[in-house]
Amino acid sequence: MNQLIIDLDFLSLKKNLKKDFSGLKTLNIAILGDSSTQLLNQAIKGFGYEIQLNFQIYETDYGQIDQEVYNTSSELYKSNPNFIVIFHSAQKLLSKFYESSDSAKKDFATNHIQYLNNLFNKVKENTNAKVLYFNFIEINDFVFGNYGNKVQTSFIFQLRKLNYELMNLSIEHSNVFINDISSLSNQEGFRYSFDPKMYVNADMVFSLDFLVKVAKNTADIILSQIGRFKKCLILDLDNTMWGGIIGDDGIDNIHIGDLGIGKAFTSLQAWSKQLKQRGIILAVCSKNTEYIAKEPFVKHPDMLLKLEDISIFVANWESKVDNIKYIQSILNIGFDSMVFLDDNPYERGIVRNEFPEVLVPELPEDPSDYIGFLINLNLFEMASFSEEDAERTKLYQEESKRVDLKKTYTSEIEYLRHLKMTSEVKAFDNFTIPRVAQLTQRSNQFNLRTIRYSESDIMEITSCGEYLTLSFDLNDKFGNYGLISAVILKKIQDYLFIDTWIMSCRVIKRGMEEFVLKKIVDIANEYGFTKIVGEYIPTPKNGIVKDHFLKLGFVPGDNNWVLHVNNYKSLKIYIDEK
Amino acid sequence: MKNNEELNYVIKKVNAIFNDVLENDDIKINYETTVKDIDEWDSLSHIALVVSIEKSFQIRFTAKEIQDFKNVGEMCEGILLKLGNKK
Repeated sequence: MNQLIIDLDFLSLKKNLKKDFSGLKTLNIAILGDSSTQLLNQAIKGFGYEIQLNFQIYETDYGQIDQEVYNTSSELYKSNPNFIVIFHSAQKLLSKFYESSDSAKKDFATNHIQYLNNLFNKVKENTNAKVLYFNFIEINDFVFGNYGNKVQTSFIFQLRKLNYELMNLSIEHSNVFINDISSLSNQEGFRYSFDPKMYVNADMVFSLDFLVKVAKNTADIILSQIGRFKKCLILDLDNTMWGGIIGDDGIDNIHIGDLGIGKAFTSLQAWSKQLKQRGIILAVCSKNTEYIAKEPFVKHPDMLLKLEDISIFVANWESKVDNIKYIQSILNIGFDSMVFLDDNPYERGIVRNEFPEVLVPELPEDPSDYIGFLINLNLFEMASFSEEDAERTKLYQEESKRVDLKKTYTSEIEYLRHLKMTSEVKAFDNFTIPRVAQLTQRSNQFNLRTIRYSESDIMEITSCGEYLTLSFDLNDKFGNYGLISAVILKKIQDYLFIDTWIMSCRVIKRGMEEFVLKKIVDIANEYGFTKIVGEYIPTPKNGIVKDHFLKLGFVPGDNNWVLHVNNYKSLKIYIDEK
Repeated sequence: MKNNEELNYVIKKVNAIFNDVLENDDIKINYETTVKDIDEWDSLSHIALVVSIEKSFQIRFTAKEIQDFKNVGEMCEGILLKLGNKK
């Protein structure tokens, strides 16, 4: 990942088009717009190179959105898109609004939403592609002045209503994601995002500079959908979380709170805390004596972050490289899902050098710039949201208690017995579908085939009759892990094909695999299938399950693994079914 | 008509922008060069050229000017004029 992505300009993206894309993962992207999209196409394609993705772009002449979507044999569907970018510009919307009668103006947003509802349904009938729909930059024609906010037939009223209803519509359509260019334009300012003479001469509604931001935003959504997103924020303390140096200045003299420069640090703490509440893991990595570093968290009245917000607290005088390695080993997540914040350029440099996958933002010198700078980077794009996200910090804290318990037992088996594990097993249902979809997106290590599914994909799988599904949660004496494993079995003739077998890495070495296999065999028996067939598709991250089927007693087949149900020998299991 | 020295300086600077934006170091432009003379100079790259020139000289063209440039010379005279007005 290019660490300085924010500094890219359009020309450098354009130059990327000539680079060698062979060997990069390919994704098919269709771009449909109602104004000129050629440069947007170039920007997105060029941005792909920065994140090591080969976007194969299908582009139509502009103004062809409806024709392409409603014609079931259109080139759009033939291009077999993974993602369809659909873009109606605010400028075209404004022209359409002006042509409407007064009564139509009042229902303008409602009518556009209805039109989109039909459009999105049509897309879904014809392809599994995900739709990225651009919302509308909030241009106000001031025909009604500020009073337009009180008039239903003003453009700004209808436009804002439209943006709001778009969010609702995207909740209903799980295959639709909003590309929030309205917020992007707010960040940079409309004068930055729009170049009137480009619009006049070339029907371009984005300036070249803004195209780069739009391309990044589009790529952010795509990356999160294919499972590449950040899960953990590692924080330095002195001059990052508070002003001053706790070891030298003492707890009474660090800057934090509502006064002066303290406000800058408090804003960053408040934001970090919100991230934690939505499921980002917070870790501390600080060069300090541990009890001194912890003191403000416990005693300082203005500290928003408390010790219970931090999943792993590392304060010592070792190298930050070693400490980040340690944090990674406990969390068991990839370096590429971590963000490291540190005010010290030296520390940033060595961490970036040792772990190029860790994202290390080049924090501005002035702490009052921190929060605005970080927000603009959109570091924490997400693909789905479930209630378990908010519980994540607690889960990692329970895990460290388990690590302590394990140390008191001499044998693994004795330890597993004492955990008193139980699991609830059931087919996917409306309550579990969001979490199952999320597991398919998040799991990189214990994932046999790494097929990513959206919520709408999973709904289709549960309802179409061609599959059997199993979800597993896990409880032990320390707490509830929640839903941690899922299996999708495709019915093919006399056998069940394991389309998906995924498990959260938090429950590795609990004997969960053996328990899951037993349930797969049970369901095969129940439905009269004689064989179970599995496949392992290697990725850079799933080496941990390379010998998974071998260990469970499958025998090699043609590029796959086969278990005859009759040959299944029950393995020792320490988990009781609830 | 501005003096030739200034114009040649501007043409030289614009030439470097053409080389960079059109990704071809062999392109040599002069006063009479038109869109027809350079393969890479199409309506899309024209936008990138104009934006790069604006940034480089810190000037702004009008929509009409962008449409009306008949050749490199007119473009560079336009740049000189704007630079003169700024002083």
